[in-house]
Amino acid sequence: MAAQIFSAIFVIIIGVGGCVAYFWGANKLLDLTFPSRGVTGTAAVNNLRRQGLVRPWLFVGPALIILTIYLIYPVIATLWLSFLDRGGTSFVGLANYEWALRDPDLRRSILNNLLWLAVVPAACTFLGLIIAVLTDKIWWGTIAKSLIFLPLAISFVGASVIWKFIYEYRGEGQVQIGLLNAIIQHFGGQPQVWISLPFWNNFFLMIILIWIQTGFAMVILSSALRGIPEETLEAAVIDGANPFQIFWKIMVPQIWGTIAVVWTTITILVLKVFDIVLTMTNGQWNSQVLANLMFDWMFRGGGDFGRGATIAIIIMIAVIPIMVWNIRQANKETGGH
Amino acid sequence: MAVATGKSFASRFGVHIAVLVFVAIWTIPTLGILVSSLRDKDQIVASGWWNSFASSSQTEAGRLPPSTAQTQKDGKYVLEGNIFGDGAKRNISAFGVKAAAPTQYPAGSSADLGDGVTLQVNADGSFVMTSPKAFEGDRGQRLYYASSAPPKFTTDNYQTVLFSEGIGRSFMNSLTVTIPATVIPILIAAFAAYALAWMRFPGRALLIAVIIGLLVVPLQMSLIPLLKLYNGVGTFFGVPSKTYLGIWLAHTGFGLPFAIYLLRSYIAGLPREIMESARIDGASDFEIFVKIVLPLSFPVLASFAIFQFLWVWNDLLVAMVFLGTAPDQIVLTAKLNALLGSRGGNWEILTTSAFITIIVPLIVFFSLQRYFVRGLLAGSVKGG
Repeated sequence: MAAQIFSAIFVIIIGVGGCVAYFWGANKLLDLTFPSRGVTGTAAVNNLRRQGLVRPWLFVGPALIILTIYLIYPVIATLWLSFLDRGGTSFVGLANYEWALRDPDLRRSILNNLLWLAVVPAACTFLGLIIAVLTDKIWWGTIAKSLIFLPLAISFVGASVIWKFIYEYRGEGQVQIGLLNAIIQHFGGQPQVWISLPFWNNFFLMIILIWIQTGFAMVILSSALRGIPEETLEAAVIDGANPFQIFWKIMVPQIWGTIAVVWTTITILVLKVFDIVLTMTNGQWNSQVLANLMFDWMFRGGGDFGRGATIAIIIMIAVIPIMVWNIRQANKETGGH
Repeated sequence: MAVATGKSFASRFGVHIAVLVFVAIWTIPTLGILVSSLRDKDQIVASGWWNSFASSSQTEAGRLPPSTAQTQKDGKYVLEGNIFGDGAKRNISAFGVKAAAPTQYPAGSSADLGDGVTLQVNADGSFVMTSPKAFEGDRGQRLYYASSAPPKFTTDNYQTVLFSEGIGRSFMNSLTVTIPATVIPILIAAFAAYALAWMRFPGRALLIAVIIGLLVVPLQMSLIPLLKLYNGVGTFFGVPSKTYLGIWLAHTGFGLPFAIYLLRSYIAGLPREIMESARIDGASDFEIFVKIVLPLSFPVLASFAIFQFLWVWNDLLVAMVFLGTAPDQIVLTAKLNALLGSRGGNWEILTTSAFITIIVPLIVFFSLQRYFVRGLLAGSVKGG
C-alpha cells in the first residue's frame, strides 16, 4: 500500500512535470529555431510569422492526440465493429443489426429507456423549477437549496445503496427496516419487494436518478429565474395575475432556453444510465436498459464485441440530434469570436 | 425576485412547509445510512433506524414452546423457558396473549388465562406457565410482548469495513485513481483552451465544433475499441492491460472535451486589452498564458478540478472496464457494488461502506460549493 501511494505521487510528479516540460520545452525550441529577438528586419518578421503558424499546434497538440485516441478513433472503430462478428475479426454485414431488431432483451431495454426518457428529465426539470421558485421566497432558501443539491455529489452506486435500504423488504413477521415498507405497514398496507415488481420497479430506479439530478436542475433554473427582469413580474402583479399565472405565463416562457438545456443535459445522462440498474437489479425483473445490456454483452461469455458495439451505436443515434443542436447553438453564439 | 407573490400568511406558511417537505425527502435517505452505519448490527435488523434514538420499545409476537416441552411439578403441568432463547436479551415491559391487547399484563405479574391456567413473564424474558391439566396440541401459546433495548451506537462497523472488508484499501485505490486523473487533464486542457480562444490558426472553428460534439458522445462508444486497444498494447509489450496508467489516461480523455469547453469559454471572456498590452510589451503567447491567463483563470480551473474529481471518484463504469477487481486495484464504487452482491443483507456493512464512499465527495462539495455551482452554470448554460 505504501508502494502504491509512493507510485501515485511519483506519477503525479512525472505526469505534471512531463506536461510542464513539454509545453515549456516545445515553446523554447520554437523560439530558438525561429528567433524573433536579436534578429532584425524581414528575418524577424518572417520568424514571427513562422512561430505564429506552429505555436497553436504546440498548444492544442497534446489535447488533440488524446482526444483522437480516446474519443474520435473509438467512435469510428465502434461503428466498424458493429459490422463485425463477436471477436471483431470477420465482416458480418448487418447481422448484428438484424439481431438487434429481433432480440427481446434489447427491445425491452429500448422500451425501458424510453420510459426513463419520458419520466426522468421531465420530473427533474419540473421539481427543480418548483423548488427554485419556492426557495427564492424564504430566508432559509440557500440552506434548503444546498441540502437538495447535495445528492449530486453522491455516486450512483452510493445512491443505489441509500435507496436500496429504503426499499428493503423483510419477510413476514419480521420488522420492516426499510422506510418505504415501514410507512406502508404503518398505514395498514402490505409490504412489497419493490425492486422485483416488473414494470413498477423501473419507477423505483428512476426515483434514484431524479433524487440525484433535481438539484442540478434547481441550481441552473434558479439562476435563470434571477435573470428575469423584475419589471415583467411587477407588471403582472399590477395587472392582477395570480401566482400560478405569473409562474406559467411570465416566468416559464422567459427561461424556456434554460429549461431546454437542463432537459437535454439530463436526457443524455438518462441514455447512459448504467450504475443504478447494475447495482439495483442488474437488469432482472424486466428492468434492463441499453447501457447495462451493452456492458453485459461486452463481458458475457467472453464478450461479444459486435453486439456490444451495435448497442453503443443505438445509444449514439439517440444522442445525435442533441449533438447537432448543441453545435448549432454554439456556432450561433461564438460565430464572431 | 423581490416581488412577493401571494402575500397572505397562509400562502407564506405553505411555502415554508412545502420547502421543508422537499428538504426532508432529499436528506432523510442519506441520514438513514449515516445513522444505521453507527448502530449496533443486531439493532439494525431489530428496528427501523428512525427508532434508533428511542430506547427502542416495540411490540413483538412469539409462541411459547409446544406441549411436548412440558414438565410436571407439584401435580401441575409447567412450561418454562426464556422467550429470547439464547439470543440478545431485551427488557420486557408488558405482555399479553391476545393480539388486540398485546400489553395487557405488566412484566413480572401473573396472568390468569382461565381454567386455572396462569402465565408469568418476567422482564428478562423468562416465563412460567402452569396448568392443572396437561397442555395439548403441537402449537404453543401465542404470546405478545413489548420489549425495549437501550439505544446502542458504535463505531465497530467502521473498523470492520475499513480493515476486514477491504474498504480501506479501496479508499486508497480510489485516491490513486482520482488525483492524477484530475490533475493531468487540467494543464493539457488549459493550453488547448487558450489556443482555441486567443490564437488564430486554420481549422480552429472546426476543432471547436468537434469538441462541442464530443461533449455529448456517450462513453459507451469508446469502451470496446479502447478495451481492444489496451489488450493489444498489453499483449504486444507483455504488460498487464489493466493498469492505473491506463485508467488515468482514459479519464483524461473522457474529461478533456468538457475541460476544454469550460476553460475556453472562460478564457475567451478575459479582457482583450490585457493580452494586447502584454503583447506590445513583447511577451510571447507562452508568457502571456503562463503569467496572465493561468492566474486569472484560477476560478474556472478550480471548478473543473472539482467536477473531474467528483466524476472520477464516483465513476463505476470506466473503473470496471479498465481496472481489475483484485484488492490492489478495485476502487470504492466497484467494491461497494461487489459488496451489494456478496453482503446483500448485511446492512451494517453496506451502510457503512456507502457512507465511506460518499464522505469525500460530500466534504469536497460542501467546502467548494461556490466553485462547483459556478462551473455548473458556465458548463450547461451555453454561452452564459
